[in-house]
Amino acid sequence: MAKTHVTTTINGDLKEFLCEPGDTLLQVLRDELGLTGTKEGCGSGDCGACSVLINDRLVCSCLVLGVETNGDVIETVEGIGDSDKLHVIQEKFLEHAALQCGICTPGLVVSTKALLEENPNPTEEEARYYLAGNLCRCTGYDKIIKAVLDAAETMRESA
Amino acid sequence: MRYEAPTTTKEAASLIAGEKGEAFVLAGGTDLLVRMKTGLSDPDLVVDIKHIPAMQDIKTTDSGTKIGGAVSGSRLNSNKKLKKAWPGVVEATNLIGSDQIQGRATMVGNLCNASPAADSVPAMIAAGAKAVVVGPTKRRTVPVEKIATGPGRTSLAKGEIIESINLPKRTGKSGDAYLRFIPRTEMDIAVVSAGVNLTLEKGLVKTARVCLGAVGPTAVLVQKAAKAIIGSKLDEESLKKMADACSAACNPISDKRGTVEYRTKVAGVLAKRAAKIAFERAGGK
Amino acid sequence: MSEAQDFKYIGQRTIRPDGHDKVTGRANYAADLTLPGMIWGKILRSPHAHAVINSIDTSKAEEDPEVFAVMTHADIPNQTASGVQNILAKDKVFYHGHAVAAVAAVTESAAERALGLIEVDYKILKPVMSIDEAISNDSPLLHDDLFTKGMAEDPAVPSNISSRNELSKGDLEVGFAEAEVIVEREFRTATVHQGYIEPHACTVRYDEDGQSMIWCSTQGHFAVRATTASMLGIEQTNLNVIASEIGGGFGGKLPIYLEPVALVLSKKSGRPIKMQMDRNEVFMASGPGSATRNWVKIGAKKDGTITAMKAKLCYEAGWAPGSSPLGPACMTVFTPYDVDHQYVEGYEVVVNKARCAAYRAPGAPQSEYACEMVINELADELGIDPIDLRLKNVAKEGTQTMYGPKLKAVGLVECLEAAKSSEQYKTALKDNQGRGVASGFWFNVGGESSVVINMNEDGTGTIVEGSPDIGGSRASMQMMAAEELQMPVEAFSAIIGDTQNLPYSNPTGGSRTTFATGMAVVEAAADVVSQLKERAAATWNVVPEHVDWKNGAAINTKGEGVLTAAEICGSAAKTGGHISGRGNISARGASPSFAVHLADIEVDPDTGKTTVLRYTAIQDAGKAIHPSYVEGQYQGGSAQGIGWALNEEYVYNEDGRLENPGFLDYRIPLASDLPMIDTIIVEVPNSFHPFGVRGIGETGIIPPLAACGTAVSKAIGIRMSELPMSPPKILKAIHDAS
Repeated sequence: MAKTHVTTTINGDLKEFLCEPGDTLLQVLRDELGLTGTKEGCGSGDCGACSVLINDRLVCSCLVLGVETNGDVIETVEGIGDSDKLHVIQEKFLEHAALQCGICTPGLVVSTKALLEENPNPTEEEARYYLAGNLCRCTGYDKIIKAVLDAAETMRESA
Repeated sequence: MRYEAPTTTKEAASLIAGEKGEAFVLAGGTDLLVRMKTGLSDPDLVVDIKHIPAMQDIKTTDSGTKIGGAVSGSRLNSNKKLKKAWPGVVEATNLIGSDQIQGRATMVGNLCNASPAADSVPAMIAAGAKAVVVGPTKRRTVPVEKIATGPGRTSLAKGEIIESINLPKRTGKSGDAYLRFIPRTEMDIAVVSAGVNLTLEKGLVKTARVCLGAVGPTAVLVQKAAKAIIGSKLDEESLKKMADACSAACNPISDKRGTVEYRTKVAGVLAKRAAKIAFERAGGK
Repeated sequence: MSEAQDFKYIGQRTIRPDGHDKVTGRANYAADLTLPGMIWGKILRSPHAHAVINSIDTSKAEEDPEVFAVMTHADIPNQTASGVQNILAKDKVFYHGHAVAAVAAVTESAAERALGLIEVDYKILKPVMSIDEAISNDSPLLHDDLFTKGMAEDPAVPSNISSRNELSKGDLEVGFAEAEVIVEREFRTATVHQGYIEPHACTVRYDEDGQSMIWCSTQGHFAVRATTASMLGIEQTNLNVIASEIGGGFGGKLPIYLEPVALVLSKKSGRPIKMQMDRNEVFMASGPGSATRNWVKIGAKKDGTITAMKAKLCYEAGWAPGSSPLGPACMTVFTPYDVDHQYVEGYEVVVNKARCAAYRAPGAPQSEYACEMVINELADELGIDPIDLRLKNVAKEGTQTMYGPKLKAVGLVECLEAAKSSEQYKTALKDNQGRGVASGFWFNVGGESSVVINMNEDGTGTIVEGSPDIGGSRASMQMMAAEELQMPVEAFSAIIGDTQNLPYSNPTGGSRTTFATGMAVVEAAADVVSQLKERAAATWNVVPEHVDWKNGAAINTKGEGVLTAAEICGSAAKTGGHISGRGNISARGASPSFAVHLADIEVDPDTGKTTVLRYTAIQDAGKAIHPSYVEGQYQGGSAQGIGWALNEEYVYNEDGRLENPGFLDYRIPLASDLPMIDTIIVEVPNSFHPFGVRGIGETGIIPPLAACGTAVSKAIGIRMSELPMSPPKILKAIHDAS
């Protein structure tokens, strides 16, 4: 089958890849580009583990075709934070013990970033609804929401 | 599978019309990719319509608002004018899935997927929305309620694509609302739903449209329900009449999401609640 | 252990050592490993719930140019290994989704396509989908050689009832004769799933010269090795199993599904193989937790003294006899109550559903749900506060359990008292709102744990443990080593060793890791301390008894001299070689953890929709090593229990096909479904653990069922009994009552 050549910017780097038209962005990220921080929990947009930003919009990468992303700017969990310093959101997740098994964490970190860019001062309810598409089976969400609200506050203070 | 990303609707329509195998339009992809993943669809051709400028427009003119077929839920949500004119339609579209889904999913995709439980559809029908259908050779405009003909089936001919949804212009005191029932607070498919759109004159309901979702093979426009509240101030008696008319119009199935009895009862409850919200939005007291 | 120990590191909220990798996406889970030349395996699953396999024709798939290997049950070398028929069905399929064949092909999609080339000829049989169907006289039999175990007399005819259990103490007749009020009721619970977000996956490489490798997500990699080696007929020394990071388990990653298949495919194809279940396969073919039908009868005097408790429990095993948690269900049902006369009989039945797997406190949520609902109803009948009724009959040190031991010091009284004085319990409720209180009991286990602490030349240490870390346990291991060695937490890293690095360790389960593996860490650390002291003694030319260990350094008590761990380790080559401490133990003394939960729920009377307004989880941790992760366990257990109570259930159609194998319609709680979950950590130390630890991972899932069930019942003024209490059921109850 003929593969399609796609050019994107991923986490600030120019990335070119070949993919079959039916390959999802999730497959491309994980299997072609080795960006395994983006996780597959369901493949049907129901769990949010594969959340990424495309042109600053939050999406499930399992519901995007790789070929669709030609010319797009993509940000994955690997692009959040610097190599020597975690992003405030990541720090707060650790500080609040907002993860147990950690499989949902990359998706939640990406979604939280999108939330706080859209709404720097979310209420608890707003945070809960925004993150409703990110399933976590371990934590009961309590510590996640606390981490998100704390990150929001810290980011507002330093803004 | 081939992937094409044409820049005009006509071109897209011709590609699909000319494909011998299975061809699908790709807008947000939130239904299509799930179908592909689960093996329900195995397309030979996918036509991405997001590169067609007309599909990406939200335009307000004298006759109303035109929403392009590839406009995502999150873009609808950030259009303040539209939210003010048709809050029910925007809310209904924004109820589809998570914020991740909202970044991609479209009203037109929701309509063409032809699920009886589609959230945006009862709201669009209640609003009196029309679909602009473009084929390889001609265009036509049809009321939204004429698009879905049954679960997963539409009246569109092969090669016909919906380019936009036209919402009528808002005049005078008017309001719309959409409510659905789901067991959780998000992420579920509607078990039953109701959209209500009404206008007021001298404090009384002048016109109304009531449409139910997930209570039959397609969304159901319930004229008797509308009649029950026209001329009223939404007093308890007319609301009850409306709710009864809604329940009577239900022809649902029992499935993993709800029972016949449940859907029938709750359809009336939701219609009542939606009517009250629409009434309030129209400035009714 | 001594009372009221002062801890330097234990009880702090440190940053977990694996945390950085997990928030940056660097942590590697089951599906994250790719090997050179790797191809993909996929499983063909039965579309039928119950059918005889007449034949399987794999020839077309084998001829496909993209296919490297095809296998069926016949290709498993050891046909009699335990559990082999769930790996690939032999001559009969027992559930929708039962594995029947597998292929390896160049890509995942090629493998999926190739599955369609395999032709299976089935003779479809009528499925048996519920306890009621299974025990009815005209039910089809799943296994014509299944005779009920545990009956007074061996049955003459086979049935779908696989076993009977019984436990008792005292004399029920005497007990019920003393009762002035008796409440009895039957309860049903649905089939549920653990719902971990990471699907089962593995990457394997078969090696003809030994040293085959499995990388997988599991709660017990030693068990993966044992099972896979047995099925393939190879020596354990020739198979290394590496536990990847694990994306949730809750008991559901104790069983083995893919690994032996992948290894056979690798052997046949000569290539490394990756296999990953789709989400629908996870729901169809892994998990689930038993559906149950349980009846409980409790009698009490008017003053609230409970005189007798009787239960009859019935648990589904799925298709495989012995797979239900009936034993623990019977053990746990009445343990929160110190009542002289107790009796439980339990039955396990087989149905055409996936083989049941352990699910967090396996068996206990369902049986204790029945008991706790009846206790709450009894409290209403007696006009006694439900916490006071529990306190009046509370299990405590010395209480004789039905299943054997007398309880040692436990914290149920403290939990009940904390519940009573909690903020939530004092808050008034409004219309359409209800409050439920419930207790929970889980016995916890100890078991085999192996740990090595390797001391590095700079005096830091690497803890190598054999317990896959699902929820942050590496942080606890670091802290316990730090406490024992009196060195900073940062002086230790903690890793999960491969099966080649350590002797056998039991899987992570039974709330055993912080308790048992923690004990092994302490033992290994003590071993390190004694060696460090010996080396210091040799340096000073004194006997080791004259060396003390304080603040991470050896002190010469008979003269001048202090040697830090770094100094001793740095010169270890000169004093006898480098140092490692060992703790290979079989831990005894696991002590139960009791919990009490409070749930406030509002019900919309027009739609039956439930909203959890407020929730408090109180539980005895013995000693919380890392309080944040202890709270996290309480909160996570609560959330799973709330889901079980209110919305989660498997829905099958009339042909026995699972209709909701996805997160869309198997509705686990979302962030927006829950309030903050308040926690109270009670600490009544377990005297068998050096720091007082009790396992705490599982108990938290038990009380939510009855706490929520009672809250819903109170909100609508109708006693509900069937889980989940989903909106259609609630609305129907409201309408039936009016």
